[in-house]
Amino acid sequence: MRPARLSPRFSLASPAAAADPASLWYRVTRLDWWLIGLIVALAGIGFAILYSAADGSWQPWAGKQALRFGIGMVMMIAVATISFTLWWRTAYLVYALALALLVMVEFTGVGEGSQRWISLGFMNLQPSETMKLALVLALARYFHDLDENQVDRIVVLIPPAVLTGIPALLVLRQPDLGTAMILVALAVAVTFLAGLAWWKFALGAALTAAAGPLAWRFLLHDYQRDRVLTFLDPGRDPHGAGYHILQSKIGLGSGGLFGKGFIGGTQSQLSFLPEKHTDFIFTLLAEEFGFFGSILLAAIIIGIIGCCYAIMMRCESVFARVLVLGLATNFFLYAFINMAMVMGLLPVVGVPLPLVSYGGTSMLTLLIGFGFIQSAAIHRGRLPLRHRGIS
Amino acid sequence: MNRNGPDRQSQRQLGRISRRAMLLGAAQLGGFGLLAARMYQLQVLEADRYAVLADENRINVRFAVASRGMIVDRFGQPLATNRTSYRIAVVPEEAEDLAALLDRLDRIVPLAPEHRQRVIELARRQRAFVPIVTHSNLTWKEIAHVAARSPDLPGVEIAATDERVYPTGELCAHVVGYVGAVAKKDLTGDPVLALPDLRIGKSGVERVYDDALRGEAARRQVEVNAVGRVIRELHRDPGKPGATVRLALDAELQRYGASLFGEETGAAVVMDIHSGEVIALISRPSFDPGLFPDGISQVNWDRLLNAPNAPLVDKAIAGQYAPGSTFKMLVALAGLESGQITPKTKFHCSGVLELGKGRFHCWNRGGHGSVDVHDAIVQSCDIYFYEVARRIGIDRIADMARRFGLGSRLGIDLPGEQPGLIPDKEWKRKRFDRPWQIGESLVAGIGQGYVLATPLQLAAMTARMVNGGQLVRPGLLAESAHPGQAEDTLTVSAQALDIVRRAMIGVTSEPKGTAASSQIPHERLRMGGKTGTSQVRRISQRERRQRVLRNDELPRQERDHALFVGFAPIDAPRYAVSVIVEHGGGGSRVAAPIAADLLRVAQMRLSQNQPT
Repeated sequence: MRPARLSPRFSLASPAAAADPASLWYRVTRLDWWLIGLIVALAGIGFAILYSAADGSWQPWAGKQALRFGIGMVMMIAVATISFTLWWRTAYLVYALALALLVMVEFTGVGEGSQRWISLGFMNLQPSETMKLALVLALARYFHDLDENQVDRIVVLIPPAVLTGIPALLVLRQPDLGTAMILVALAVAVTFLAGLAWWKFALGAALTAAAGPLAWRFLLHDYQRDRVLTFLDPGRDPHGAGYHILQSKIGLGSGGLFGKGFIGGTQSQLSFLPEKHTDFIFTLLAEEFGFFGSILLAAIIIGIIGCCYAIMMRCESVFARVLVLGLATNFFLYAFINMAMVMGLLPVVGVPLPLVSYGGTSMLTLLIGFGFIQSAAIHRGRLPLRHRGIS
Repeated sequence: MNRNGPDRQSQRQLGRISRRAMLLGAAQLGGFGLLAARMYQLQVLEADRYAVLADENRINVRFAVASRGMIVDRFGQPLATNRTSYRIAVVPEEAEDLAALLDRLDRIVPLAPEHRQRVIELARRQRAFVPIVTHSNLTWKEIAHVAARSPDLPGVEIAATDERVYPTGELCAHVVGYVGAVAKKDLTGDPVLALPDLRIGKSGVERVYDDALRGEAARRQVEVNAVGRVIRELHRDPGKPGATVRLALDAELQRYGASLFGEETGAAVVMDIHSGEVIALISRPSFDPGLFPDGISQVNWDRLLNAPNAPLVDKAIAGQYAPGSTFKMLVALAGLESGQITPKTKFHCSGVLELGKGRFHCWNRGGHGSVDVHDAIVQSCDIYFYEVARRIGIDRIADMARRFGLGSRLGIDLPGEQPGLIPDKEWKRKRFDRPWQIGESLVAGIGQGYVLATPLQLAAMTARMVNGGQLVRPGLLAESAHPGQAEDTLTVSAQALDIVRRAMIGVTSEPKGTAASSQIPHERLRMGGKTGTSQVRRISQRERRQRVLRNDELPRQERDHALFVGFAPIDAPRYAVSVIVEHGGGGSRVAAPIAADLLRVAQMRLSQNQPT
């Protein structure tokens, strides 16, 4: 399946004996087809649930989502087959563009209550989603270029902090607490991977804990505080903020072992469940397909992350490894936060279930992200080193 | 490993990344382990609980009020029944243009502008599938007009509801009672009580037998969505219409009895002396129970509540009066039982009895001469009973009165019954913290002073005296299991009861009897009884010395109450009666004729219409 062993390893310069690495066909054959298969399976489950959410109709969600997925897959393969070096070279540029979009949303954003989208005419783009991708790219590039001896110095953390801090604050202003936290979490994960000393993480954690009350006081909106309080005590507001989580738990729990059957979920079909096609789509799946359906979905997600780890192990550059792991972590965070949220383990924050929830931007950015990972899989992440000392 | 690529440092870096990646991967797996455990908890361990919650979410029970049972008299004549009343509602989401629809509707059945405004207001506020009532209390004819135009009226719904009607109106108002909308204090948590169409019994039989009359509401289990729209019906329980309650009451006797009172106020009770069945329970004046089901207006309510002759009070069970001379039979029984007097014991009546500094007068100022117990009852001699009361004391009298049902509630199946009052030494000490005076025994001996009884108690007392000493209790139902079925026999000697019964026959039969002129002129229907005149005002010593004013010289509210208790027929007693005419004057003149007519008609109706 994977003709990996056909070419000499780590060789950018010397062409392979059996195949021409420059040929498109060669690259396509080297795609990770396990990963593609799992992605298609996950998205397919998504279509089915969206079909059910519309009471057995392709309108208004499932059809559009499938179309987007098709476009996304083409983009993924395009991104994958274009030279991996290109992404390394343009990492900061991509970051700059994403940041520009994020700033634009401040001025021209559309959306009710919060400004999160830029209208592109044919679809609404959510720059905070693309920012996750761009941030991982930029940080991967940064740590790749860093001299190994410098890695453990505190000053080297200043550029990543700036790279993360600016978009995080912008997103928080929108306001989108969930995405801002994911951006920070991604940066922390990437920094951890890059090899920062343990004790510095411990220190960082302590500082974060200390900053918590300040953030609570000054950074969070009333409704966000409300959500956290409601999360801690759902009975506090059973008809308001607590309603979502209560109805979601009822939907999940009443699914039982085998579920109520396709298009048979009473909670969701009778619209007790809010946002059943976006943030709470997992509840619908769990209600209709039960514990086994939930576990199957979780297994597919774990499989996707596992594929990413396998690819990572084959990559030969810091950039590739950090990029693949960063993107895998992004995917994990989406899935984990969303599922934990609908199960009542985390406060309700607007995080979709990746590739399953209805929504254009997250679908496209996730697939482009997988394009980067596939690109790393194809090209093994062979890159020149350009250490630039930071003093 | 590397031939031409990255240096060793980079290799170490890659190694570190993969080591840390393993840690990160382990953490992520752990995260999914947590999620899986939570799924297991919710979907396997607690699945049953959440399944119930999900059903509670989606399953809603809709009720439809059962039609209320009828109340009929012993012959099946309806006393409370239902009339179908029609109502129109519009469903905004089905109406193409609500304003135009209301205009078209208005042309068929007029709609007040302010009400129309309210409908439009409601349509804006409520969910579009919730019907809004536009007209209620429509006649069948009006509804027929609307139904005929129904193709023209999309979204118009016609619904029928029951309306309570009382064919006998005020005649049986106190017994039958009335229904009304559920008040806040009636709510018990039963969801049926929250239905706007429900009427519940507020007084009388309507209240006491409300459960049986109400039946069981129809229940429809429906599946609803989050906004309450019905998606489909899951289960239907047709419920049960209310049961018909058949009373022992004879509506015609009731009507006749009420007519006997004319403009007078008061009460009358006719009951079966063996079963306790109450066949007439009259309280004058009365009120129209039809004012209540739709909610009585404040003006009408205040007028009823504040009327000087208390039309809302059921005087037959809640009116407490001094029994006057009707009480003397009990004193006679107590005297005979105590052994202080025998049938042969005679006392001399000179018209006045002196006790210490007090003077106690007989109603007959000239005196009755020498009288025994029979004559004393027949002629209602006060002096004789002063003497008996003086000898036996209040406690023996009170004990006898209680055995005949006085001084406490009899437990008739009606709300609001009053206990009356039978005083004794103990009572006086508790009530006034004073010792009992002998003079008070004398006053009690002729049914005055503290003694109070309700007309119902007087009827029951009479029944017990003439039925051979059965402990009969009055009840309203015409059922085999009479509430008044004799459980016990009174501990009174049959001989003494016989003396009293014969004296009561003497009252109406002997020339000197106080009610001789009121005897029923049919040989087989003749009655026995006892008159009573209960003093409402106190007669002062000064007035005694000058001249006691006659009743017709007094303002009405100071005139005496007229009483009569009786039974018929005299040979095989069947019915007991008690009559009180408020401020009517003498019992022999005013109350006895009413009692005689009631007993006569009761007996005649019995022979004509044998109840099934």
